[in-house]
Amino acid sequence: MLKEILKILENDARTTTKQIATMTGLPGTEVARQIKQAEKDRTIIKYKAIVNWQKVENEQVSALIEVKITPQREVGFDSIAERIYRFPQTRTVYLLSGTYDLLVLVVGKTMHEVADFVSQKLAPIEGVQGTVSHFVLKRYKEDDEIIEGKEEKVKRQPVIL
Amino acid sequence: MSTNPKAHSQKYHISQRANQISPSGIRRFFDLLASMEGVISLGVGEPDYATPWHIREAAIYSLEKGQTMYTSNLGMPELRQELSRHIKNKYNLEYDPGSELLITVGVSEALDLAMRAILDPGDEVIMPDPAYVAYSPSVVLSGGNPIMVPTTEENNFELGAADIEARITRRTKAILIGYPANPTGAVMSRDKLAEIAKVAQRHQLLVISDEIYAALVYGVEHTCVAALPGMKDSTILLGGFSKAYAMTGWRIGYAAAPKEIIAAMTKIHQYTIMCASTMAQVAAIEALKAGDDSVAEMIADYDRRRLVMVKGLRNIGLSCFEPEGAFYAFPSIKGTGMPSDEFAEKLLKEERVAVVPGSAFGEYGEGYVRCCYATSLADIEEALARMKRFVSRHQKD
Repeated sequence: MLKEILKILENDARTTTKQIATMTGLPGTEVARQIKQAEKDRTIIKYKAIVNWQKVENEQVSALIEVKITPQREVGFDSIAERIYRFPQTRTVYLLSGTYDLLVLVVGKTMHEVADFVSQKLAPIEGVQGTVSHFVLKRYKEDDEIIEGKEEKVKRQPVIL
Repeated sequence: MSTNPKAHSQKYHISQRANQISPSGIRRFFDLLASMEGVISLGVGEPDYATPWHIREAAIYSLEKGQTMYTSNLGMPELRQELSRHIKNKYNLEYDPGSELLITVGVSEALDLAMRAILDPGDEVIMPDPAYVAYSPSVVLSGGNPIMVPTTEENNFELGAADIEARITRRTKAILIGYPANPTGAVMSRDKLAEIAKVAQRHQLLVISDEIYAALVYGVEHTCVAALPGMKDSTILLGGFSKAYAMTGWRIGYAAAPKEIIAAMTKIHQYTIMCASTMAQVAAIEALKAGDDSVAEMIADYDRRRLVMVKGLRNIGLSCFEPEGAFYAFPSIKGTGMPSDEFAEKLLKEERVAVVPGSAFGEYGEGYVRCCYATSLADIEEALARMKRFVSRHQKD
């Protein structure tokens, strides 16, 4: 049942305990307990809104940075990854298979700011062999939600027997 | 423009057969609805999803390739093969794709073909009341007589075998059932269906089973009539893609039946329709091949909303039968003392919520309204809040 609760919350984090109780047939107290436990053990990390910043004239620039690194003895990629993800400018950090090792999403106010961060903070880290920056031009879809694109709402007939 | 159908028939000599069936009984309600803004509709009998993208994409690709020609009258061989495999997987029933399956323009066409293929003037078809609005007219248009069997909330809106048997005459040709049911959301248990099957076999009647909602059951199993022992030879199984795969607008369905019946239905189909639309057939192939995951997701979501709807209706104080299939709740509104059409009209005028009066589905739908929960959770909750105000204002207790 935890899975079902998580699915409902992942789809809409504002679904109330009471609503979830109705949808799952569990008592409200049990739903509340399971959510609390999930929050405690970080099964649920956080509740956030998906914002389309383009709508509020809050210009921000994001870039995906490919980072090639030399793994270090005993700690592998983890310690370098940690040095990188501790920077608040990095929003997402993944270790990947393939031609480079880390993929880092960096967000800043201007292209300059992002470029500075990459050249002055990211690239000089010991073990980083090289970086390739890709600036984001348009966000079509993020976290399962369409950001820039066609809304799929078509008007239905009001009554169909 | 005159709205009196009689006047039209005199001027244009509309056939007796066409005059025999009435237009939807709630015309006035539709007109009222069309003139209003800000209405939350629980009256829509279709999924609120667009067709899953992979299905749409397959159809688009077929158009790009130029797959725009007629198909065989029976439907594309690949679709019939996939369908045969699908039915075999689900019910362990074998239908020969070459002679026992016919692809139609929705279940609606399949139902019409079935009636036209088996009925002679005066033949009787026994069916439940309340039931989907097309059942009775489809019999009438084929010259037959629909014989209604009341089903009630007390009996979970299941059709009783004894009630059927009591209405069998020497003119009875078939029993028409449709479970999971529109408008009640009722599902027939295997045992009850088996009793009906026995009656059909005893009296050598056909069972025409509209199983368009077969995929949409919640926590219970759907039983296919044709899969009951010995029933394949006396069942016309009707199914489609509209509800399960959210493909209502594609108009694509099928009939599975003994080859003599399919042959007769195909004759009528080839002269009236030729073949179901090619694009829709391609989409249906993709749905059968790769649609299971999308269907499972939609079912899980309907189920959540079903529970919210039913609990909400009960909290309002309306007694609500537990619907186990389709996407309808069918609460009783008898406590308000209003007939269902008046309830629906007043609810629309006073609170701007559209529900369908049960009387639209037959005499025994009176006292109920159909509420579809295939709409957003937010809309369901707002509609319930409005209905609560309305019912507490009108409750006669």
